[in-house]
Amino acid sequence: MKLLKLSMNMLAILLFSITTISCAENKKSENAHHDTEMKSNDGHNHEHNEAASKENNSMNSEKMENSDIIGQDSKKSDLIVSTYLQLKNALVADDSKEAAVAAKDLFKVLKGFDITGFSKEDQKELMDIIEDASEHAEHISDSPIDHQREHFVTLSVDLVDLIAIVGSEKTLYQDFCPMANGNKGAIWLSEIKEIKNPYFGSKMLTCGSVQKEI
Amino acid sequence: MQFIPTNLNQSDVIPQEDIINYYKAPKEVAFLLKNSCYDCHSDNTDYQWFNKIKPIFWVMENHIKEGKEDLNFNEFASYSRRRQKSKLKSIISQIEKNEMPLKSYNLMHKSAILDDTDKTILIKWIEKLKDSI
Repeated sequence: MKLLKLSMNMLAILLFSITTISCAENKKSENAHHDTEMKSNDGHNHEHNEAASKENNSMNSEKMENSDIIGQDSKKSDLIVSTYLQLKNALVADDSKEAAVAAKDLFKVLKGFDITGFSKEDQKELMDIIEDASEHAEHISDSPIDHQREHFVTLSVDLVDLIAIVGSEKTLYQDFCPMANGNKGAIWLSEIKEIKNPYFGSKMLTCGSVQKEI
Repeated sequence: MQFIPTNLNQSDVIPQEDIINYYKAPKEVAFLLKNSCYDCHSDNTDYQWFNKIKPIFWVMENHIKEGKEDLNFNEFASYSRRRQKSKLKSIISQIEKNEMPLKSYNLMHKSAILDDTDKTILIKWIEKLKDSI
């Protein structure tokens, strides 16, 4: 409770000290975005089944086009990306409990990821990425926030590598903070252009910059 | 006849994939790893007298089970490059923060405690290894 109060106070001070109106507007839109994300999470099992049955239908259909296959592939990564973003946003909000919950979901989604349909080489790489990423997710689901953030460093690299193979329907921004990871620097993926730092949360919310768009 | 547990974590063979073998760790590094880490993070535990007292034995077995699941130095080189790098990063962090070896383990096994020199030796070698993989 004390920690929550402290972070809330710091967050309040931070917001107060930012004088531009656009910052407050951005916060509103972030909350709205968070709400939509939570709603979609309730339906996530249903969506997953739908996606699976859609995939079966297109496999049977003779009118299958290449673009359909690419579309299906990048749809597969959506669950991974969305649970990763939930985890990221929890860390941004200094919410260790929420991060643990998101990490548990991410673990399940990673373990359930279907790597068939990729080349042998890609499958091997994907297996390695998923093995590593799920270990990090597991640790994050059962650790204090400092430790969670440590594992998030490598998890984020795993995600970038995964998306390089599988693609992503959602536009993502690869952000970088030079002070994270013991000043060695660390990346993270974000669904918004605005910098919200998961490694420092309210302590240094806007520290970092966009490296590239994915 | 006293019942002796037959499923102790012991093995005579040190496989090729063992981190010390595979990466040719220097003597002082090998000693530190074996003395402070291998009881829980390998297939060969030096039980000493701990397995003679049931409650201590049970706690140890739990540590060994969890330790090996997370990291088994005997199998280290069989991990993917990615996983090896992740583990090495974690090891450095855990040593730096005195989170490993476990405090409870250090209590029972005083010689396993890593002093600053020990930590420097280990971390230096592990950093180098991590960058070279």
